[in-house]
Amino acid sequence: MSELVLTEPGIEALSTEEYFINMGPQHPSTHGVLRLVLTIDGEIIRKVEPHIGYIHRSIEKMCEHDSYRQIIHLTDRMDYLSCHMNNEAVCLAIESALQIEVPERVKVIRTIVSELTRLSSHQLWWGVMGMDLGAITSFLYGFRDREMINDIFEETCGARLTMNYNVPGGLMFDIHPNFQQRTKDFLAHFRTKLPEYDRLLSDNPILRSRTEGVGLLSKEDAIAYGITGPSGRASGFACDIRKRLPYSAYPQVEFKEILLTEGDCFARYKARILEMWESISIIEQLIDNIPEGEFQVPTKQVIKLPKGEFYQRVETARGDFGVYIISDGNKSPYRLKFRSPGFSNLFVLDKVARGCKIADLVAIMSTFDYVMPDIDR
Amino acid sequence: MDNEGLKNVLSEWAEGLEWEEGTQFLHVRVPAAALHTFARQLKTDQETAFDYLYCLTGVDWPEHMEVVYHLESTIHGHKIVLKARTDGREDPVLDTVCDIWPTADPHEREVFDLFGVRFNNHPDLRRILLTDEWEGYPLRKDYKDEINMIQL
Repeated sequence: MSELVLTEPGIEALSTEEYFINMGPQHPSTHGVLRLVLTIDGEIIRKVEPHIGYIHRSIEKMCEHDSYRQIIHLTDRMDYLSCHMNNEAVCLAIESALQIEVPERVKVIRTIVSELTRLSSHQLWWGVMGMDLGAITSFLYGFRDREMINDIFEETCGARLTMNYNVPGGLMFDIHPNFQQRTKDFLAHFRTKLPEYDRLLSDNPILRSRTEGVGLLSKEDAIAYGITGPSGRASGFACDIRKRLPYSAYPQVEFKEILLTEGDCFARYKARILEMWESISIIEQLIDNIPEGEFQVPTKQVIKLPKGEFYQRVETARGDFGVYIISDGNKSPYRLKFRSPGFSNLFVLDKVARGCKIADLVAIMSTFDYVMPDIDR
Repeated sequence: MDNEGLKNVLSEWAEGLEWEEGTQFLHVRVPAAALHTFARQLKTDQETAFDYLYCLTGVDWPEHMEVVYHLESTIHGHKIVLKARTDGREDPVLDTVCDIWPTADPHEREVFDLFGVRFNNHPDLRRILLTDEWEGYPLRKDYKDEINMIQL
């Protein structure tokens, strides 16, 4: 963090020169094709300029030609670690536009699967974060536990990553008969494993010294730059959509919104670890109380939204995800915008990383948890 | 503050405001010339304090371009949708708001990239998702690209 300044009398400060280096587009700790142009002075970062768009697929333009049912299948290709929540956002937008009330059973299952998705996203993040900072073991542990969640998803809806489990009006299928038991088995397993995460990384002096006090982001800046999700809450920005604009079964469960004040890399790390505990608790409250009933309400084969504008926000593993639909009454939207949390979160890097060392930048990027397809869309 | 209260307060700030209701949020369309001062007042006024810009995007209408700002106050919890129209579609220009909400910087670059709306006083208005030499603005309704047909 501190700069080398020679102040001894008789010694002139060493003259240094700023220069550029490229970090990425293929760099292991950018987690995807992201290119950062760093202006550095020695090892100290003076400026970070993200260059994105390497996997821009023009999803918003495609949506203008697709039916509403087709659009859902594009959304899980954005933030593939929050696929279920992305699908859910579009479905909720369509349902609120058509004033469809989905059965309680659907709401509860959606919430359980959302939280399982969040857990698996945070598990992956935790494993990769360890690896970014030089701890290979965490990667294996994170993936070991994540595998169990993927197996549960596979059994219920056939897919492990990009799930497409939601449809307008409910779910594509009912849950598999094993779903409840396997989820409970997983929770029992993970309750014993999450403290291991703490023992392995959270209390590790190397991780602490590389994250504590590094990459500070104030609450004011978090709001001004639109930093949401665990990253924003680690700076004290109360931005949890599950609390502020509750949807699905979130109004009926009790959980804490994790708010920390430090705003450094370790706070962002801690926020996600604590959030995993909350997710476990949410699932435990719901898993034995899935109401009986239909898993889908019938909707028209060709969905046409009424004329108007609809905005739906959900809390993905990365933050405030929004779907903004402008409908002219046809079977495709006139304009559809995905507000992806990663896009806003990325462009605070310059603010946060100035004055840090290059190695700190890796820690900062890790704790902001970027997923490139979410940013490029 | 509820929508009615917001409407009463904001009506005094600028001339020529257009209101839309009935949807989720209160919508207000501000004349392009008044955009910057109006937006600044939305942020700085203690009563409104819209400090969180959670979505900024463009829309291509047949006669003009429109930029839509979704705003929320983290202090009061109220929300509003601010809209501004450009003068025609040929050379659309609006003032930047990235000095008010820093998050607008990349979002405005995206609108410039995909819709071709230029933002006055933006510090670094370049393409963001597409390459610098890209021709045309893909999210415009009249955009044609013979090679990469993405219509399904």
